Amino acid sequence: MLARLASPRTGGLLALAAAIALLPLVLSNKYFYDIAILVGLNAIVCVGLNLLIGYAGQISLGHAGFFGAGAYGSAILASRYGWPPLAAMLATTLAVAALAYLVGRPILRLRGHYLAMATLGLGIIIFMVITTEDKFTGGPDGIAVVPLSIGGFVLQGERVWYWVVGALLLLAVWLALNLIESPAGRALRALHSSEVGAEVVGINAAEHKVMVFVISAVFASVAGSLAAHYSGFITPGKAAFLHSIELVTMVVFGGMASTFGAVVGAAVLTTLPQLLAVFEDYEMMVFGAVMMGTMIFLPRGVVPSVARLFRARRNAAADDEERKG
Amino acid sequence: MSAQFMQYLLTGLTVGAIYALVALGFSIIFNASHVINFAQGEFVMIGGMATVSLTAAGLPYLLAIPLAIAAAALVGLALEKFAVEPARGASVVTLIIITIGASIFLRGLAMVVWDKRFHALKPFTGDTPIAIAGATILPQSLWVLGVTLAIVLALSWFFGRTLLGKAMLATSHNRLAAQLVGINVRLVLFLSFGLSAALGAVAGILIAPITTTSYDVGVMLGLKGFAAAILGGLGSGVGAVVGGLALGIAETMSAGYLSSAYKDAIAFVIILAVLFFMPSGLFGKRGSERV
Repeated sequence: MLARLASPRTGGLLALAAAIALLPLVLSNKYFYDIAILVGLNAIVCVGLNLLIGYAGQISLGHAGFFGAGAYGSAILASRYGWPPLAAMLATTLAVAALAYLVGRPILRLRGHYLAMATLGLGIIIFMVITTEDKFTGGPDGIAVVPLSIGGFVLQGERVWYWVVGALLLLAVWLALNLIESPAGRALRALHSSEVGAEVVGINAAEHKVMVFVISAVFASVAGSLAAHYSGFITPGKAAFLHSIELVTMVVFGGMASTFGAVVGAAVLTTLPQLLAVFEDYEMMVFGAVMMGTMIFLPRGVVPSVARLFRARRNAAADDEERKG
Repeated sequence: MSAQFMQYLLTGLTVGAIYALVALGFSIIFNASHVINFAQGEFVMIGGMATVSLTAAGLPYLLAIPLAIAAAALVGLALEKFAVEPARGASVVTLIIITIGASIFLRGLAMVVWDKRFHALKPFTGDTPIAIAGATILPQSLWVLGVTLAIVLALSWFFGRTLLGKAMLATSHNRLAAQLVGINVRLVLFLSFGLSAALGAVAGILIAPITTTSYDVGVMLGLKGFAAAILGGLGSGVGAVVGGLALGIAETMSAGYLSSAYKDAIAFVIILAVLFFMPSGLFGKRGSERV
């Protein structure tokens, strides 16, 4: 029983649940709640993106496009056409999944830098459609979004949103962990180390890559819809190239192929700009320097590096015991 | 050929030549190191902005331009030494984030050192349009096309005839084999960043009198240069030039005949369409994977 709890899957989930449950004790005002919610939403995107980047070994420099598509889909259907928000979110998610599937099939045949270019292009095209079609999207000025209501109940206030986002983050992590442990997850890791090798043992590489691309797009789209309803206003910046880069950096910073690393990465990089605000004019420089520095010194990301340090220490302790005994 | 078509063609060639120079920078670094340098666009910005501030300080073009190119080349060398070299052996994603981090850093630096305003450089030789076949062309456009042509010729001489150029080419084909025949591949990598940065700076200086320059001009130029390099096939010099010109012409044509609202999106639509059918670009190497 204890061993089961200590396994990274259950243990990690429990630790995350505990962290989400205890965090309100230190969140002393609305501003902190607001940041915590933004962390949660980014973390949901990163958990999905990590499946694509960390496990399947693919790359996407355009996931902000899916986030933006989710946000604007919900905003337009719910606010301009008066759809019930949940129906709008469902329809948007299905549309984004269909888009990811249609585009994913041809572009996931590409490798390395060519795939980076294709996903970057896709993201930029979505961004430009959002800024140009101002009849629907409000253009660069953005669009106001109605609050999320389920039945007659309206979700409002930071406290309510905190628990909703927290629960959804747990759900996202649980789904991701289960996927990784399933045969499909093993197939993904196999094609990460060698696509030809994976195909030789009977794995349909193309199908698996498209599947994980669609899943990660859906995570991003749902987070986008939620972000739009939560903040009540959305601008094209959320779909921009720079946001795609921030998302990828969160995944790599936390540690590729580590689901909890993705959550840590989202937490650190979402709060960082708030802290950097004290640098005023130098904020951009410091952010760039932090990005470069962490990648140079911790190319594996924070969580795997720390985990390795602990393991090394434990092994050293075990060696000491042996020598004494 | 209608005068309008001719006009779009000339404008497209001018823009395309700039994309080609940026794309060549991408290709040179990629060949030496297999790194995509997302800070390439910032060299374009540094070239333009440094020339603006040097001429504002009273320096003539003949002095300001070489100094600006040298400044960009120094930044390129520093980038290799302090950011790319220490991260050798890191994964593709990690290297992409490092160079994007560098580009954000350089943009932030430019904002502090210079400002956030748009600046125009004076054209090199007047601004009286010249009539060609019913269309007109700015003297500055002739500078862009002429200098680009000269650079392409100089590069093909450099890579084909000089020892250093051949060493760089050899490194791009096989790093290990190059090292075995005594080529200092680390030096090649180092110099490739300086060369690419200088090329980017030239592009930035040439275009600044036509489109103006500012601290964030490198973002779009960098991304489109990357698209041009991919379109031609990464690492191919001919591909970079053809890709750049093709993107430039396609962009102006579609802005002229179709819709100018989506002018900046055209490059990315084309690149997606080409990659659907030719996964290695127009002139890229088609490789097979080893298990």
